[in-house]
Amino acid sequence: MRQVRIDKSFHSLFFLSALVSTFAVATIAIFIFIEGLPALQSVGVGAFVTGSTWNPPGYFGILPMISGSVLSTAGAIAIGVPMGLLTAVFLAEIAPERLAHTLRTAIELLAGIPSVIYGFFGLVVIVPLIEQVFNIPAGNTTLAGIIVLAIMILPTVITLSETSLRAVPQTYREGSLALGASKIFTIFKVVIPAARSGILTGVILGIARAIGETMAIIMVMGNAPMIAGLLQPSRTLTANIALEMSYASGLHANALYATGIVLFIFIMLLNSALLYLNRKKVS
Amino acid sequence: MKKTILSTLGAIGVAATLVGCGGADSQSSQSVSVSGSTSVTELMEVLGESFQGSNPGVVVEVQGTGSSAGIRAANDGTSQIGMSSRTVTDSELSSGVEKFTLAHDGIAVVVNNSNAVVNMTTDQISAIYKGEITNWNEVGGSDSPIVVVTRDPASGTRGAFEDIMSLKMTTEDGKKVSAISASAQVAAGNGAVKTTVAQNDFAIGYISLGSVDNSLKALTVNGVEATDTNISSGAYGVARPFELMFNSAEQSEASRAYLDWMLTEEAQQIVKDKGYISVI
Repeated sequence: MRQVRIDKSFHSLFFLSALVSTFAVATIAIFIFIEGLPALQSVGVGAFVTGSTWNPPGYFGILPMISGSVLSTAGAIAIGVPMGLLTAVFLAEIAPERLAHTLRTAIELLAGIPSVIYGFFGLVVIVPLIEQVFNIPAGNTTLAGIIVLAIMILPTVITLSETSLRAVPQTYREGSLALGASKIFTIFKVVIPAARSGILTGVILGIARAIGETMAIIMVMGNAPMIAGLLQPSRTLTANIALEMSYASGLHANALYATGIVLFIFIMLLNSALLYLNRKKVS
Repeated sequence: MKKTILSTLGAIGVAATLVGCGGADSQSSQSVSVSGSTSVTELMEVLGESFQGSNPGVVVEVQGTGSSAGIRAANDGTSQIGMSSRTVTDSELSSGVEKFTLAHDGIAVVVNNSNAVVNMTTDQISAIYKGEITNWNEVGGSDSPIVVVTRDPASGTRGAFEDIMSLKMTTEDGKKVSAISASAQVAAGNGAVKTTVAQNDFAIGYISLGSVDNSLKALTVNGVEATDTNISSGAYGVARPFELMFNSAEQSEASRAYLDWMLTEEAQQIVKDKGYISVI
């Protein structure tokens, strides 16, 4: 009888926690939409999203920022995901356990470093390096952002991929090896496909991390509000909000909240993609 | 729950009564309301805290609403003291409203230490920021591209720099916007501009004079060096005064004491400590 009561009270405790979290998300969403809508109404949704000039209080077009966010995130994924996946394969399949343990600890440490440190590292190491390698006057470019972001998403991609690689049943590997396949063939044709959904989850969380990153990006990307090019400065959606929110007022502040709405929709699309992938895993 | 509602209503009632009474009764005479320029706000908050420390019972309320709003507030009496980070002309002040300069804030135009250029005219600087001049050899330097570093559009320093360098333009629907080229790098603060210029040979930027050290080089503008003396005398043009406005007839005792205190050595030392140029 007592057991049942404890069970019941924990049931309500968990339910309450879930309610509070959901309420927090809903409140933030409502707040952003209420604050951002005046700007969308005054500028027009189409002009806001496709406008290529950002010059408050006259022009509010966030296409440059959308292009900056998309290009930097895509670049970070293109570099970070293969590197992360291969690292995960090494840790889960190839490295001796002691070495793997040491490396894993080091990689987990990467996740704990504050982003401002990544930004500073980018500013004093990567930015001058880009200037030399590409012989351009300023290294504060989208490329610098891509490199910093690629390093920053590694822990997410590696940890999730490794966990799902390790979750693949041993019998799969044994079966493949018994059929005469080499170890590398087994990894790429059997183990990775079997761990596919877990790896994709890692990639999507990596994208979310890259799109949401602000501080490090502000420090290395130059932040010029123009359509993004690889070797030119560009500004992301998050940087746009963080750079200008401190003193903005009136329509300008609303436009920054509206930038938040666009970001919110991006993140929602990503989460839907995650939900979709997870459903596939079940079936 | 009921209690909360009741006390909230009570508080609203008290507030309404106080507002209705205006600045005449003894209750509100101890509070000094200050509003205006966001650039001055930072300094004013420090000054206010210091004044409250030595004058218990006085509360200095500072609101950053922008220079124009500060001038308006001083004229119509909604604030006892208005703040402006640009020169206020006499025609902007209604009768009875006086002004004085609290401090000067210089903006240094800075380049990398390795840059051969030492002087530029305001026209040249303006053309660089508009994107019309893109190579250092057009202003007497080596044949290399110019990397323009600016601040975000909401920055007070950028606002003042745009005013001084004529970097404003008007849109078709009459809004004043920045004329600084969209391809200029945007740094998140004084410190970020400094770091970028200090490590990029081709960069040009502008920072508060107090932040200049030997990691970078301040240019002379129109042949005048950016020094405290030249800014105080008005010879160095890339500077702005921090001005305060008040209606002498409608000042409370506390406000008058606060205004008097601001030109004392103690207050002006705080001005210096915060990196601005003192007026005494």
